[in-house]
Amino acid sequence: MPSYNTSEFKKGLKVQIDGDPYMMIECNFVKPGKGNALYKCKLRNLLRNTVLERTYKGGDSLEAADVAEIAAQYLYRQGDAFVFMDNSSYEQYELNADQVDDAWKYLKEGMVCNMVLFNNNPISVTPPNHVVLRIEYCEPAVRGNTATNLTKPVKLETGAEMVCPAFVDIGDLIKIDTRTGEYLERAKE
Amino acid sequence: MLRLRDELLRKLRAFFHERGFVEIETPLLSADVVVDRHLEPFAVDMPCGGTSRRMWLQTSPEFAMKRLLAAGSGPIFQVTHAFRQSERGPRHNPEFTMVEWYRPGDNMAAGVQLLSELGDALLGRGLAETMTYQAAFRQYTGIDPHAATAPALREVANQRGGEVPDSMTSDDRDAWLDLLLVELVEPNLGLGKPVILYDYPASQAALAKVRPGPPAVAERFELYVDGIELANGYHELLDAGILRERNRENNRHRRAQGQAPLPEESRLLAAMEAGLPACAGVAMGFDRVVMLVAGASDIAEVLPFPFDRA
Repeated sequence: MPSYNTSEFKKGLKVQIDGDPYMMIECNFVKPGKGNALYKCKLRNLLRNTVLERTYKGGDSLEAADVAEIAAQYLYRQGDAFVFMDNSSYEQYELNADQVDDAWKYLKEGMVCNMVLFNNNPISVTPPNHVVLRIEYCEPAVRGNTATNLTKPVKLETGAEMVCPAFVDIGDLIKIDTRTGEYLERAKE
Repeated sequence: MLRLRDELLRKLRAFFHERGFVEIETPLLSADVVVDRHLEPFAVDMPCGGTSRRMWLQTSPEFAMKRLLAAGSGPIFQVTHAFRQSERGPRHNPEFTMVEWYRPGDNMAAGVQLLSELGDALLGRGLAETMTYQAAFRQYTGIDPHAATAPALREVANQRGGEVPDSMTSDDRDAWLDLLLVELVEPNLGLGKPVILYDYPASQAALAKVRPGPPAVAERFELYVDGIELANGYHELLDAGILRERNRENNRHRRAQGQAPLPEESRLLAAMEAGLPACAGVAMGFDRVVMLVAGASDIAEVLPFPFDRA
């Protein structure tokens, strides 16, 4: 695997430290005008989601991580395993509930997600920013009330629960922002 | 932002013109380059009759300005661009605006005084307090930067210096001093009033004169405001023989660090041999001055086209 020298350090770089893949989320270059350069970095562990703070000096290097992003279609869930398929190679990948994390709330069969592979193994999956899902259950709609500040809990077809404006009803399709988990609007078929 | 830069440039030019300085311009692209351990110039190869001629984008206009001084220019200043490879961060852009000036006859005290007055004229925070490098280290790290050994410096860094790079195993005292300066000293400098640090370790003299000790110190000075390094000045080294030695030493160090050596001979050496008048000179990072006045936290906020969009 190639490596990155400090001069190539930047946000978004994928590197490997002690066998784990990390993404550089911050890299602060500090240097006295006539002195040695230091790079104060924050790195997010892509497996554990923890953040590591490390300082490097000019000339240090970090091994590049074999991290790839692919478009993967969600096929089905089998117990604890979520099965996806690479849309270009048709290869299938399985992720466990920990790896899928909160994404399960939005996963609907056929949905194309962004999957991250490390050494060709899936490590995380991100649903599209906006998804449309059907409401499986909620209290009856409050007729005539179109205010969005009056809310109620609803259960989605995926089994996830969230809060929606009071005017939505069972069977409605709604659009959700998966980054914030917030209701956006009602959607059509 | 453009208006603020314009306003500061006008103040700056007025400041120097009132004091009898002449604004000059020198080439950005030169056959000569400063040989520094920690500055990486951009090389530019110009095709020239089947071969190519290597030129450098200046890391500062120092060499050319000193050649003018040796030719009898008198006090000079310029606003120019300097280029330094891979220096990118909240306070660094690989191409940046540098103000540099020289006044014949100035010793270090006169150079410090002029810098302090310019700082006040641009920032309006009053004249600077002065403090030796040694006093600042004693106050903020508890050690004597001239006497402490590399292991002693490392000890302090490990205890108080935050995250120390794993690769910092060297017995290079200057590497440890720089780490402590950045981590423990700089953040405290110039918080109320501006501060000018002076009398640097002789090992960090660059192009400054060294005053014999003990301890021997470099007649170098730096202006700090709000923990940010704004300017670096020297009571200038005049001796071409000593500069040759330093160039050789810096290249030896560069090779050891896997960096390409830089040309040791330059037209500056010839000018110094012909006679550079005694003087003090300072280089100031103009974009950082704008940052401070604008209250910006990233240099990109004060540049019309930062490096990513250049």
